[in-house]
Amino acid sequence: MPAGTEYEVVVGMEVHAELATRSKVFCSCPVSFGAPPNTQTCPVCLGMPGALPMLNRRAVEFTIRAALALNCQITPFSKFFRKNYFYPDLAKGFQITQFDAPIGHDGWLDVEVDGEVKRIRIRRVHLEEETAKLTHAGDDIITAGNSLLDFNRSGIGLIEIVTEPDIRSAEEARAYLKKLRATLVAVGVSDCKLEEGSMRCEANISVRPKGSDKYGNLVELKNIASFRAVYRAIQYEAARQSQVLESGGVVRRETRHWDDAKGETAFMRSKEQAAEYCYFPEPDLMPLEISEEWVEEIRRGMPELPDARAARYMRDYGLNKEDAQQIAESKELWWFFEQTAAKADGPEVAKWLVGEISAAANASGVELSQSRLRPEHIAELISMMESGKISGKIAKSVFEDVWATGKAPADIVRERGLSQISDEGELRAIVRRVIEANPGPVQDFGAGKERAISFLVGQVMKESRGRANPQETNRILREELARAME
Amino acid sequence: MGYTVDDAKLLADRAKLRFSREQLEKATQELNDMIRYVDQLAHVDTEGVPPMSHPHSFANVWRDDEPKEGLSAEDALANAPDRHGQFFRVPRIIAGEEEG
Repeated sequence: MPAGTEYEVVVGMEVHAELATRSKVFCSCPVSFGAPPNTQTCPVCLGMPGALPMLNRRAVEFTIRAALALNCQITPFSKFFRKNYFYPDLAKGFQITQFDAPIGHDGWLDVEVDGEVKRIRIRRVHLEEETAKLTHAGDDIITAGNSLLDFNRSGIGLIEIVTEPDIRSAEEARAYLKKLRATLVAVGVSDCKLEEGSMRCEANISVRPKGSDKYGNLVELKNIASFRAVYRAIQYEAARQSQVLESGGVVRRETRHWDDAKGETAFMRSKEQAAEYCYFPEPDLMPLEISEEWVEEIRRGMPELPDARAARYMRDYGLNKEDAQQIAESKELWWFFEQTAAKADGPEVAKWLVGEISAAANASGVELSQSRLRPEHIAELISMMESGKISGKIAKSVFEDVWATGKAPADIVRERGLSQISDEGELRAIVRRVIEANPGPVQDFGAGKERAISFLVGQVMKESRGRANPQETNRILREELARAME
Repeated sequence: MGYTVDDAKLLADRAKLRFSREQLEKATQELNDMIRYVDQLAHVDTEGVPPMSHPHSFANVWRDDEPKEGLSAEDALANAPDRHGQFFRVPRIIAGEEEG
Protein backbone atom coordinates (compact mmCIF):
# COMPACT_ATOMS: atom_id res chain seq x y z
CA MET A 1 0.00 0.00 0.00
CA PRO A 2 1.28 3.51 -0.74
CA ALA A 3 2.45 5.44 2.30
CA GLY A 4 -0.17 7.71 3.84
CA THR A 5 -3.06 5.39 2.95
CA GLU A 6 -5.92 5.77 5.38
CA TYR A 7 -7.43 2.51 6.60
CA GLU A 8 -10.86 1.64 7.90
CA VAL A 9 -11.75 -1.31 10.06
CA VAL A 10 -14.61 -3.61 9.07
CA VAL A 11 -16.18 -5.71 11.82
CA GLY A 12 -18.85 -8.37 11.94
CA MET A 13 -19.93 -9.73 15.30
CA GLU A 14 -21.04 -13.15 16.39
CA VAL A 15 -22.71 -13.28 19.79
CA HIS A 16 -23.85 -16.32 21.75
CA ALA A 17 -26.39 -15.91 24.53
CA GLU A 18 -27.62 -18.67 26.85
CA LEU A 19 -31.40 -18.95 26.93
CA ALA A 20 -33.12 -18.38 30.27
CA THR A 21 -35.34 -21.42 29.92
CA ARG A 22 -35.91 -23.58 33.01
CA SER A 23 -34.66 -26.75 31.34
CA LYS A 24 -32.06 -27.49 28.66
CA VAL A 25 -32.88 -27.33 24.96
CA PHE A 26 -32.78 -31.05 24.05
CA CYS A 27 -33.27 -32.69 27.45
CA SER A 28 -35.11 -31.87 30.69
CA CYS A 29 -32.07 -31.20 32.88
CA PRO A 30 -32.46 -28.04 34.94
CA VAL A 31 -30.62 -24.88 33.93
CA SER A 32 -28.93 -23.13 36.82
CA PHE A 33 -25.71 -21.21 37.24
CA GLY A 34 -23.24 -22.24 39.90
CA ALA A 35 -24.46 -25.77 40.71
CA PRO A 36 -21.73 -28.25 41.80
CA PRO A 37 -19.99 -29.85 38.78
CA ASN A 38 -21.83 -32.57 36.86
CA THR A 39 -24.98 -32.50 38.97
CA GLN A 40 -27.34 -31.33 36.16
CA THR A 41 -26.81 -33.99 33.54
CA CYS A 42 -28.52 -36.92 31.86
CA PRO A 43 -27.58 -39.37 29.09
CA VAL A 44 -28.64 -36.83 26.41
CA CYS A 45 -26.42 -33.92 27.48
CA LEU A 46 -23.59 -36.31 28.39
CA GLY A 47 -23.66 -37.53 24.79
CA MET A 48 -24.28 -41.18 25.68
CA PRO A 49 -24.74 -43.41 22.62
CA GLY A 50 -28.39 -44.00 21.81
CA ALA A 51 -29.75 -41.15 23.91
CA LEU A 52 -32.31 -39.15 21.94
CA PRO A 53 -32.84 -35.40 22.03
CA MET A 54 -36.31 -33.89 22.59
CA LEU A 55 -36.80 -30.24 21.71
CA ASN A 56 -37.87 -27.68 24.33
CA ARG A 57 -40.73 -25.65 22.82
CA ARG A 58 -39.94 -22.61 24.93
CA ALA A 59 -36.39 -22.48 23.53
CA VAL A 60 -37.90 -22.09 20.07
CA GLU A 61 -40.29 -19.45 21.38
CA PHE A 62 -37.40 -17.52 22.97
CA THR A 63 -35.41 -17.67 19.75
CA ILE A 64 -38.39 -16.28 17.83
CA ARG A 65 -38.81 -13.59 20.47
CA ALA A 66 -35.12 -12.60 20.20
CA ALA A 67 -35.35 -12.61 16.40
CA LEU A 68 -38.44 -10.39 16.46
CA ALA A 69 -36.77 -7.98 18.89
CA LEU A 70 -33.94 -7.74 16.34
CA ASN A 71 -36.41 -6.97 13.53
CA CYS A 72 -35.79 -10.32 11.80
CA GLN A 73 -37.90 -12.29 9.35
CA ILE A 74 -39.01 -15.62 10.79
CA THR A 75 -38.35 -18.77 8.76
CA PRO A 76 -41.62 -20.70 8.38
CA PHE A 77 -39.90 -24.07 7.88
CA SER A 78 -36.74 -24.54 9.91
CA LYS A 79 -34.63 -27.52 10.91
CA PHE A 80 -31.64 -28.66 12.92
CA PHE A 81 -28.25 -29.82 11.69
CA ARG A 82 -25.27 -31.64 13.10
CA LYS A 83 -22.03 -29.67 13.06
CA ASN A 84 -19.26 -32.23 13.38
CA TYR A 85 -16.02 -31.45 15.10
CA PHE A 86 -13.70 -33.00 17.62
CA TYR A 87 -13.22 -31.35 20.98
CA PRO A 88 -13.73 -32.64 24.53
CA ASP A 89 -16.40 -30.07 25.42
CA LEU A 90 -18.62 -31.77 22.87
CA ALA A 91 -19.17 -35.34 24.02
CA LYS A 92 -21.24 -36.47 21.01
CA GLY A 93 -18.61 -35.33 18.51
CA PHE A 94 -21.16 -32.96 16.97
CA GLN A 95 -23.16 -29.93 18.02
CA ILE A 96 -26.85 -29.68 17.25
CA THR A 97 -27.28 -26.32 15.57
CA GLN A 98 -28.95 -24.75 12.55
CA PHE A 99 -27.53 -24.27 9.10
CA ASP A 100 -29.44 -23.23 6.01
CA ALA A 101 -32.72 -22.28 7.66
CA PRO A 102 -32.04 -20.27 10.83
CA ILE A 103 -35.18 -19.37 12.80
CA GLY A 104 -34.56 -15.63 12.26
CA HIS A 105 -32.85 -13.81 9.38
CA ASP A 106 -32.38 -10.39 7.80
CA GLY A 107 -33.00 -8.12 10.77
CA TRP A 108 -31.35 -5.01 12.15
CA LEU A 109 -30.47 -3.15 15.32
CA ASP A 110 -29.99 0.61 15.54
CA VAL A 111 -27.14 1.84 17.72
CA GLU A 112 -26.17 5.38 18.60
CA VAL A 113 -22.56 6.59 18.53
CA ASP A 114 -21.73 10.26 19.15
CA GLY A 115 -25.35 11.24 18.64
CA GLU A 116 -25.58 9.49 15.27
CA VAL A 117 -27.83 6.52 14.66
CA LYS A 118 -26.22 3.63 12.80
CA ARG A 119 -28.16 0.60 11.57
CA ILE A 120 -26.36 -2.73 12.02
CA ARG A 121 -27.89 -5.46 9.88
CA ILE A 122 -28.47 -8.84 11.51
CA ARG A 123 -27.74 -11.74 9.16
CA ARG A 124 -29.20 -14.54 11.26
CA VAL A 125 -30.46 -15.65 14.66
CA HIS A 126 -30.35 -19.37 15.23
CA LEU A 127 -30.86 -21.90 18.01
CA GLU A 128 -28.21 -24.40 19.07
CA GLU A 129 -26.90 -26.20 22.12
CA GLU A 130 -24.28 -25.02 24.59
CA THR A 131 -21.12 -27.10 25.06
CA ALA A 132 -19.72 -28.42 28.35
CA LYS A 133 -17.49 -26.12 30.38
CA LEU A 134 -13.83 -26.93 29.96
CA THR A 135 -11.29 -25.71 32.48
CA HIS A 136 -7.65 -25.85 31.53
CA ALA A 137 -5.93 -26.57 34.78
CA GLY A 138 -2.25 -25.95 34.38
CA ASP A 139 -0.63 -24.64 37.51
CA ASP A 140 -1.98 -27.12 39.98
CA ILE A 141 0.40 -30.08 40.33
CA ILE A 142 -2.44 -32.60 40.51
CA THR A 143 -4.11 -31.57 37.30
CA ALA A 144 -1.22 -30.20 35.27
CA GLY A 145 -1.48 -31.11 31.63
CA ASN A 146 -5.14 -32.02 31.92
CA SER A 147 -8.46 -30.36 31.36
CA LEU A 148 -11.53 -30.66 33.57
CA LEU A 149 -15.05 -30.98 32.24
CA ASP A 150 -18.36 -29.94 33.76
CA PHE A 151 -21.42 -30.98 31.75
CA ASN A 152 -23.92 -28.83 33.69
CA ARG A 153 -23.64 -26.28 30.89
CA SER A 154 -23.81 -28.86 28.11
CA GLY A 155 -27.14 -28.67 26.28
CA ILE A 156 -28.34 -25.34 27.62
CA GLY A 157 -30.18 -23.52 24.82
CA LEU A 158 -27.97 -21.03 23.04
CA ILE A 159 -28.86 -18.42 20.45
CA GLU A 160 -26.27 -17.28 17.98
CA ILE A 161 -26.69 -13.80 16.53
CA VAL A 162 -24.57 -12.86 13.53
CA THR A 163 -24.32 -9.38 12.02
CA GLU A 164 -23.41 -8.33 8.52
CA PRO A 165 -19.95 -6.68 8.37
CA ASP A 166 -21.50 -3.26 9.04
CA ILE A 167 -19.49 -2.15 12.05
CA ARG A 168 -16.78 0.44 11.28
CA SER A 169 -15.20 1.24 14.65
CA ALA A 170 -14.49 -0.08 18.12
CA GLU A 171 -17.08 2.40 19.47
CA GLU A 172 -19.76 1.00 17.17
CA ALA A 173 -18.88 -2.55 18.22
CA ARG A 174 -19.23 -1.67 21.88
CA ALA A 175 -22.48 0.21 21.28
CA TYR A 176 -23.85 -2.77 19.34
CA LEU A 177 -22.97 -5.21 22.10
CA LYS A 178 -24.54 -2.99 24.77
CA LYS A 179 -27.71 -2.48 22.77
CA LEU A 180 -27.94 -6.17 21.92
CA ARG A 181 -27.62 -7.14 25.56
CA ALA A 182 -30.20 -4.56 26.64
CA THR A 183 -32.59 -5.87 23.96
CA LEU A 184 -32.20 -9.56 24.85
CA VAL A 185 -32.56 -8.83 28.56
CA ALA A 186 -35.60 -6.63 27.91
CA VAL A 187 -37.44 -9.43 26.09
CA GLY A 188 -36.47 -11.87 28.85
CA VAL A 189 -34.72 -14.52 26.74
CA SER A 190 -31.30 -14.35 28.42
CA ASP A 191 -29.67 -12.70 31.40
CA CYS A 192 -26.65 -11.95 29.16
CA LYS A 193 -24.01 -11.87 31.87
CA LEU A 194 -20.67 -11.41 30.16
CA GLU A 195 -18.79 -12.05 33.39
CA GLU A 196 -20.55 -15.39 33.97
CA GLY A 197 -20.20 -16.35 30.33
CA SER A 198 -23.93 -16.48 29.58
CA MET A 199 -23.19 -13.99 26.79
CA ARG A 200 -20.06 -14.40 24.69
CA CYS A 201 -18.77 -12.48 21.76
CA GLU A 202 -16.49 -13.04 18.81
CA ALA A 203 -15.49 -10.39 16.30
CA ASN A 204 -14.45 -10.86 12.68
CA ILE A 205 -12.09 -8.03 11.90
CA SER A 206 -10.44 -6.84 8.70
CA VAL A 207 -9.04 -3.55 7.50
CA ARG A 208 -9.01 -2.00 4.03
CA PRO A 209 -7.99 1.30 2.48
CA LYS A 210 -10.73 3.81 3.19
CA GLY A 211 -13.20 4.02 0.32
CA SER A 212 -12.42 0.53 -1.01
CA ASP A 213 -15.38 -1.75 -1.66
CA LYS A 214 -13.37 -4.97 -1.25
CA TYR A 215 -12.97 -6.66 2.11
CA GLY A 216 -9.53 -7.46 3.55
CA ASN A 217 -8.50 -10.83 4.97
CA LEU A 218 -10.54 -11.77 8.03
CA VAL A 219 -9.14 -12.33 11.47
CA GLU A 220 -11.44 -14.00 13.96
CA LEU A 221 -11.01 -12.71 17.48
CA LYS A 222 -11.97 -14.79 20.51
CA ASN A 223 -12.07 -14.35 24.29
CA ILE A 224 -13.78 -10.97 24.41
CA ALA A 225 -15.39 -10.99 27.84
CA SER A 226 -16.43 -7.39 28.55
CA PHE A 227 -17.59 -4.19 26.85
CA ARG A 228 -14.21 -2.70 27.61
CA ALA A 229 -12.47 -5.70 26.07
CA VAL A 230 -14.45 -5.52 22.83
CA TYR A 231 -13.44 -1.89 22.44
CA ARG A 232 -9.77 -2.40 23.25
CA ALA A 233 -9.43 -5.62 21.25
CA ILE A 234 -10.82 -4.07 18.08
CA GLN A 235 -8.70 -0.93 18.52
CA TYR A 236 -5.63 -3.11 18.91
CA GLU A 237 -6.41 -5.47 16.04
CA ALA A 238 -7.27 -2.64 13.61
CA ALA A 239 -3.96 -0.95 14.39
CA ARG A 240 -2.04 -4.22 14.05
CA GLN A 241 -3.57 -5.07 10.67
CA SER A 242 -3.09 -1.53 9.34
CA GLN A 243 0.55 -1.73 10.34
CA VAL A 244 1.00 -5.05 8.53
CA LEU A 245 -0.48 -3.58 5.34
CA GLU A 246 1.48 -0.34 5.69
CA SER A 247 4.75 -2.22 5.87
CA GLY A 248 3.84 -4.05 2.66
CA GLY A 249 2.78 -7.29 4.36
CA VAL A 250 -0.32 -9.45 4.05
CA VAL A 251 -2.79 -10.01 6.89
CA ARG A 252 -3.06 -13.75 7.44
CA ARG A 253 -6.44 -15.41 7.80
CA GLU A 254 -6.30 -16.68 11.34
CA THR A 255 -7.98 -16.93 14.71
CA ARG A 256 -6.47 -14.78 17.41
CA HIS A 257 -6.98 -14.69 21.15
CA TRP A 258 -7.51 -11.43 23.07
CA ASP A 259 -5.27 -11.26 26.14
CA ASP A 260 -6.99 -8.73 28.36
CA ALA A 261 -4.16 -8.45 30.90
CA LYS A 262 -1.52 -7.80 28.25
CA GLY A 263 -3.88 -5.73 26.10
CA GLU A 264 -2.94 -7.52 22.89
CA THR A 265 -4.06 -10.29 20.55
CA ALA A 266 -2.08 -13.48 20.01
CA PHE A 267 -2.11 -16.07 17.24
CA MET A 268 -4.23 -19.15 17.99
CA ARG A 269 -4.60 -21.05 14.73
CA SER A 270 -4.58 -20.53 11.00
CA LYS A 271 -7.78 -20.32 8.98
CA GLU A 272 -6.08 -20.74 5.61
CA GLN A 273 -7.83 -24.07 5.28
CA ALA A 274 -11.58 -23.63 5.55
CA ALA A 275 -13.03 -25.61 8.45
CA GLU A 276 -15.06 -28.60 7.32
CA TYR A 277 -17.87 -29.44 9.68
CA CYS A 278 -19.69 -31.90 7.41
CA TYR A 279 -23.06 -30.37 8.28
CA PHE A 280 -26.00 -32.69 7.75
CA PRO A 281 -29.64 -32.63 8.92
CA GLU A 282 -30.09 -33.95 12.48
CA PRO A 283 -32.08 -37.16 11.95
CA ASP A 284 -33.22 -37.36 15.58
CA LEU A 285 -35.11 -34.06 15.53
CA MET A 286 -38.13 -33.32 13.39
CA PRO A 287 -38.29 -30.08 11.40
CA LEU A 288 -40.01 -26.99 12.72
CA GLU A 289 -43.09 -25.46 11.18
CA ILE A 290 -43.47 -21.99 12.60
CA SER A 291 -46.96 -20.71 11.87
CA GLU A 292 -47.76 -17.04 11.31
CA GLU A 293 -50.32 -17.29 14.12
CA TRP A 294 -47.64 -18.37 16.58
CA VAL A 295 -45.29 -15.58 15.48
CA GLU A 296 -48.10 -13.04 15.87
CA GLU A 297 -48.95 -14.37 19.30
CA ILE A 298 -45.31 -13.97 20.37
CA ARG A 299 -45.15 -10.52 18.79
CA ARG A 300 -48.23 -9.41 20.74
CA GLY A 301 -46.71 -10.60 23.99
CA MET A 302 -43.37 -8.85 23.45
CA PRO A 303 -42.19 -6.73 26.36
CA GLU A 304 -41.21 -3.12 25.73
CA LEU A 305 -37.87 -2.67 23.93
CA PRO A 306 -35.21 -0.23 25.22
CA ASP A 307 -35.76 2.46 22.56
CA ALA A 308 -39.51 2.55 23.16
CA ARG A 309 -38.95 2.63 26.90
CA ALA A 310 -36.48 5.52 26.66
CA ALA A 311 -38.92 7.48 24.48
CA ARG A 312 -41.68 6.87 27.01
CA TYR A 313 -39.50 8.05 29.91
CA MET A 314 -38.70 11.25 28.03
CA ARG A 315 -42.36 11.83 27.22
CA ASP A 316 -44.04 10.78 30.47
CA TYR A 317 -41.42 11.64 33.08
CA GLY A 318 -39.57 14.47 31.37
CA LEU A 319 -36.18 12.75 31.49
CA ASN A 320 -33.36 13.99 29.29
CA LYS A 321 -32.32 11.67 26.44
CA GLU A 322 -29.08 10.49 28.01
CA ASP A 323 -30.62 9.52 31.35
CA ALA A 324 -33.64 7.95 29.63
CA GLN A 325 -31.44 5.77 27.41
CA GLN A 326 -29.11 4.73 30.17
CA ILE A 327 -31.98 3.73 32.43
CA ALA A 328 -34.00 2.04 29.69
CA GLU A 329 -31.05 -0.16 28.73
CA SER A 330 -30.72 -1.70 32.17
CA LYS A 331 -33.48 -3.73 33.73
CA GLU A 332 -31.87 -3.14 37.12
CA LEU A 333 -32.18 0.60 36.62
CA TRP A 334 -35.57 0.81 34.97
CA TRP A 335 -37.31 -1.38 37.48
CA PHE A 336 -35.97 0.79 40.28
CA PHE A 337 -36.77 3.95 38.36
CA GLU A 338 -40.41 3.09 37.84
CA GLN A 339 -40.93 2.07 41.45
CA THR A 340 -39.33 5.28 42.71
CA ALA A 341 -40.75 7.68 40.13
CA ALA A 342 -44.24 6.64 41.22
CA LYS A 343 -43.53 8.45 44.49
CA ALA A 344 -41.02 11.17 43.52
CA ASP A 345 -40.00 13.56 40.76
CA GLY A 346 -38.81 11.55 37.71
CA PRO A 347 -35.79 13.63 36.60
CA GLU A 348 -34.59 13.82 40.22
CA VAL A 349 -34.88 10.02 40.58
CA ALA A 350 -33.00 9.60 37.28
CA LYS A 351 -30.25 11.90 38.52
CA TRP A 352 -29.79 9.71 41.60
CA LEU A 353 -29.90 6.50 39.58
CA VAL A 354 -27.28 7.37 36.96
CA GLY A 355 -25.22 9.22 39.58
CA GLU A 356 -24.84 8.12 43.20
CA ILE A 357 -26.69 4.82 42.91
CA SER A 358 -24.84 3.51 39.84
CA ALA A 359 -21.55 4.67 41.33
CA ALA A 360 -22.27 2.86 44.61
CA ALA A 361 -23.30 -0.31 42.77
CA ASN A 362 -20.15 -0.25 40.62
CA ALA A 363 -17.86 0.49 43.54
CA SER A 364 -19.29 -2.25 45.73
CA GLY A 365 -19.76 -4.79 42.94
CA VAL A 366 -23.29 -5.41 44.26
CA GLU A 367 -26.11 -5.28 41.76
CA LEU A 368 -28.87 -2.82 42.59
CA SER A 369 -31.51 -5.56 42.85
CA GLN A 370 -29.30 -7.44 45.30
CA SER A 371 -28.50 -4.37 47.39
CA ARG A 372 -30.23 -3.12 50.53
CA LEU A 373 -31.43 0.02 48.76
CA ARG A 374 -35.20 0.18 48.25
CA PRO A 375 -37.10 2.56 45.95
CA GLU A 376 -38.84 4.03 49.04
CA HIS A 377 -35.45 5.10 50.40
CA ILE A 378 -34.69 7.29 47.41
CA ALA A 379 -38.23 8.68 47.31
CA GLU A 380 -37.87 9.59 50.98
CA LEU A 381 -34.47 11.22 50.45
CA ILE A 382 -35.80 13.31 47.59
CA SER A 383 -38.84 14.34 49.61
CA MET A 384 -36.64 15.38 52.57
CA MET A 385 -34.52 17.48 50.21
CA GLU A 386 -37.55 19.07 48.61
CA SER A 387 -39.08 20.00 51.95
CA GLY A 388 -35.78 21.54 53.03
CA LYS A 389 -35.29 19.06 55.87
CA ILE A 390 -31.83 18.14 54.59
CA SER A 391 -29.48 19.70 52.06
CA GLY A 392 -28.27 17.97 48.88
CA LYS A 393 -24.89 17.45 50.43
CA ILE A 394 -26.32 15.81 53.54
CA ALA A 395 -28.57 13.70 51.32
CA LYS A 396 -25.50 12.18 49.64
CA SER A 397 -23.99 11.38 53.02
CA VAL A 398 -27.27 9.84 54.20
CA PHE A 399 -27.43 7.85 50.96
CA GLU A 400 -24.07 6.25 51.71
CA ASP A 401 -25.41 5.05 55.05
CA VAL A 402 -28.64 3.78 53.48
CA TRP A 403 -26.63 1.87 50.87
CA ALA A 404 -24.43 0.33 53.55
CA THR A 405 -27.09 -0.47 56.15
CA GLY A 406 -30.48 -0.53 54.43
CA LYS A 407 -31.88 1.74 57.17
CA ALA A 408 -34.57 4.28 56.30
CA PRO A 409 -33.15 7.75 55.49
CA ALA A 410 -35.42 9.45 58.06
CA ASP A 411 -34.03 7.19 60.80
CA ILE A 412 -30.45 7.95 59.76
CA VAL A 413 -31.14 11.69 59.71
CA ARG A 414 -32.64 11.46 63.21
CA GLU A 415 -29.92 9.22 64.65
CA ARG A 416 -27.11 11.33 63.27
CA GLY A 417 -28.85 14.63 64.05
CA LEU A 418 -28.59 15.73 60.45
CA SER A 419 -31.83 17.55 59.85
CA GLN A 420 -31.32 20.91 58.28
CA ILE A 421 -31.43 24.01 60.44
CA SER A 422 -33.97 26.36 58.91
CA ASP A 423 -35.03 27.96 62.16
CA GLU A 424 -34.33 31.63 61.80
CA GLY A 425 -33.26 32.24 65.39
CA GLU A 426 -30.91 29.28 65.50
CA LEU A 427 -29.33 30.19 62.15
CA ARG A 428 -28.93 33.83 63.09
CA ALA A 429 -27.10 32.86 66.27
CA ILE A 430 -24.61 30.76 64.28
CA VAL A 431 -24.17 33.51 61.69
CA ARG A 432 -23.40 36.06 64.40
CA ARG A 433 -20.80 33.77 65.97
CA VAL A 434 -19.13 33.31 62.58
CA ILE A 435 -19.07 37.06 61.87
CA GLU A 436 -17.53 37.71 65.26
CA ALA A 437 -14.86 35.06 64.82
CA ASN A 438 -13.82 36.18 61.32
CA PRO A 439 -13.18 39.94 61.30
CA GLY A 440 -10.78 39.67 58.33
CA PRO A 441 -13.19 38.22 55.78
CA VAL A 442 -15.95 40.45 57.12
CA GLN A 443 -13.77 43.47 56.39
CA ASP A 444 -12.94 42.06 52.94
CA PHE A 445 -16.64 41.75 52.20
CA GLY A 446 -17.15 45.32 53.37
CA ALA A 447 -14.36 46.40 50.99
CA GLY A 448 -16.41 44.95 48.13
CA LYS A 449 -14.86 41.47 47.86
CA GLU A 450 -18.01 39.53 47.07
CA ARG A 451 -16.08 36.25 47.25
CA ALA A 452 -15.51 36.61 50.94
CA ILE A 453 -19.11 35.64 51.52
CA SER A 454 -18.60 32.08 50.30
CA PHE A 455 -15.88 31.66 52.90
CA LEU A 456 -18.29 32.86 55.57
CA VAL A 457 -21.07 30.55 54.30
CA GLY A 458 -18.55 27.74 54.50
CA GLN A 459 -17.82 28.64 58.12
CA VAL A 460 -21.53 28.57 58.95
CA MET A 461 -21.76 25.12 57.33
CA LYS A 462 -18.78 23.95 59.31
CA GLU A 463 -20.23 25.33 62.54
CA SER A 464 -23.56 23.64 61.85
CA ARG A 465 -21.91 20.40 60.61
CA GLY A 466 -23.43 20.94 57.17
CA ARG A 467 -26.96 21.24 58.49
CA ALA A 468 -27.57 24.95 57.85
CA ASN A 469 -30.15 25.62 55.12
CA PRO A 470 -27.99 27.19 52.35
CA GLN A 471 -30.56 29.67 51.03
CA GLU A 472 -31.52 30.85 54.50
CA THR A 473 -27.88 31.07 55.55
CA ASN A 474 -27.12 33.27 52.59
CA ARG A 475 -29.99 35.59 53.29
CA ILE A 476 -29.34 35.93 57.02
CA LEU A 477 -25.59 36.30 56.49
CA ARG A 478 -26.14 39.23 54.14
CA GLU A 479 -28.52 40.84 56.59
CA GLU A 480 -26.12 40.44 59.48
CA LEU A 481 -23.14 41.65 57.40
CA ALA A 482 -25.08 44.75 56.34
CA ARG A 483 -25.85 45.41 59.98
CA ALA A 484 -22.18 44.89 60.97
CA MET A 485 -21.10 47.36 58.27
CA GLU A 486 -23.33 50.12 59.60
CA MET B 1 -11.78 -39.67 -11.35
CA GLY B 2 -13.44 -40.07 -7.96
CA TYR B 3 -11.69 -40.07 -4.62
CA THR B 4 -7.89 -39.97 -4.48
CA VAL B 5 -5.66 -41.32 -1.73
CA ASP B 6 -5.21 -37.73 -0.54
CA ASP B 7 -8.97 -37.34 -0.17
CA ALA B 8 -9.09 -40.55 1.85
CA LYS B 9 -6.22 -39.29 4.01
CA LEU B 10 -8.08 -36.04 4.73
CA LEU B 11 -11.21 -37.97 5.60
CA ALA B 12 -9.23 -40.23 7.94
CA ASP B 13 -7.65 -37.20 9.63
CA ARG B 14 -11.06 -35.67 10.24
CA ALA B 15 -12.31 -38.93 11.72
CA LYS B 16 -9.15 -39.06 13.87
CA LEU B 17 -8.18 -42.42 12.31
CA ARG B 18 -4.66 -43.50 11.39
CA PHE B 19 -4.02 -45.77 8.41
CA SER B 20 -0.95 -47.19 6.72
CA ARG B 21 -0.34 -46.37 3.05
CA GLU B 22 -1.67 -49.79 1.93
CA GLN B 23 -4.77 -49.45 4.10
CA LEU B 24 -5.40 -45.98 2.64
CA GLU B 25 -5.08 -47.29 -0.93
CA LYS B 26 -7.51 -50.10 -0.17
CA ALA B 27 -9.91 -47.66 1.52
CA THR B 28 -9.72 -45.32 -1.47
CA GLN B 29 -10.76 -48.09 -3.82
CA GLU B 30 -13.61 -49.18 -1.55
CA LEU B 31 -14.79 -45.59 -1.18
CA ASN B 32 -14.85 -45.19 -4.95
CA ASP B 33 -16.87 -48.38 -5.31
CA MET B 34 -19.41 -47.12 -2.80
CA ILE B 35 -19.63 -43.70 -4.39
CA ARG B 36 -20.08 -45.21 -7.84
CA TYR B 37 -22.96 -47.27 -6.48
CA VAL B 38 -24.68 -44.34 -4.80
CA ASP B 39 -23.93 -42.20 -7.83
CA GLN B 40 -26.71 -43.95 -9.72
CA LEU B 41 -29.01 -41.50 -7.94
CA ALA B 42 -27.39 -38.66 -9.86
CA HIS B 43 -28.97 -40.02 -13.05
CA VAL B 44 -32.51 -39.85 -11.67
CA ASP B 45 -34.48 -36.78 -12.67
CA THR B 46 -35.13 -34.84 -9.44
CA GLU B 47 -36.23 -31.60 -11.05
CA GLY B 48 -38.62 -29.79 -8.69
CA VAL B 49 -38.33 -32.38 -5.90
CA PRO B 50 -37.43 -30.70 -2.59
CA PRO B 51 -34.60 -32.26 -0.57
CA MET B 52 -35.88 -34.65 2.08
CA SER B 53 -34.19 -34.40 5.46
CA HIS B 54 -36.36 -36.96 7.23
CA PRO B 55 -38.22 -40.06 6.12
CA HIS B 56 -41.23 -38.94 8.20
CA SER B 57 -43.68 -36.18 7.54
CA PHE B 58 -44.32 -34.81 11.01
CA ALA B 59 -42.99 -31.55 12.41
CA ASN B 60 -42.90 -29.77 15.76
CA VAL B 61 -42.20 -32.71 18.02
CA TRP B 62 -41.39 -31.02 21.28
CA ARG B 63 -41.95 -30.91 25.03
CA ASP B 64 -42.84 -28.25 27.60
CA ASP B 65 -40.11 -26.41 29.48
CA GLU B 66 -40.35 -28.52 32.65
CA PRO B 67 -37.06 -29.37 34.37
CA LYS B 68 -36.61 -32.93 35.63
CA GLU B 69 -33.91 -34.33 37.79
CA GLY B 70 -31.27 -36.24 35.84
CA LEU B 71 -28.34 -38.35 36.98
CA SER B 72 -26.41 -37.95 40.19
CA ALA B 73 -22.81 -36.80 39.77
CA GLU B 74 -21.65 -40.31 40.75
CA ASP B 75 -23.81 -41.94 38.07
CA ALA B 76 -22.71 -39.36 35.51
CA LEU B 77 -19.05 -40.07 36.28
CA ALA B 78 -19.44 -43.84 36.66
CA ASN B 79 -17.97 -44.68 33.23
CA ALA B 80 -15.36 -41.94 33.17
CA PRO B 81 -11.87 -43.29 32.49
CA ASP B 82 -10.45 -40.49 34.61
CA ARG B 83 -11.85 -37.93 37.02
CA HIS B 84 -10.78 -35.21 39.40
CA GLY B 85 -13.24 -34.64 42.21
CA GLN B 86 -16.61 -34.26 40.50
CA PHE B 87 -15.06 -33.30 37.16
CA PHE B 88 -14.31 -35.48 34.16
CA ARG B 89 -10.60 -35.26 33.49
CA VAL B 90 -9.33 -35.43 29.91
CA PRO B 91 -5.91 -35.01 28.32
CA ARG B 92 -5.22 -31.38 27.65
CA ILE B 93 -6.00 -30.29 24.11
CA ILE B 94 -3.65 -27.74 22.61
CA ALA B 95 -5.19 -24.38 21.77
CA GLY B 96 -4.61 -24.89 18.05
CA GLU B 97 -7.22 -27.63 17.93
CA GLU B 98 -9.84 -25.70 19.78
CA GLU B 99 -13.24 -25.33 18.24
CA GLY B 100 -16.69 -24.09 19.09
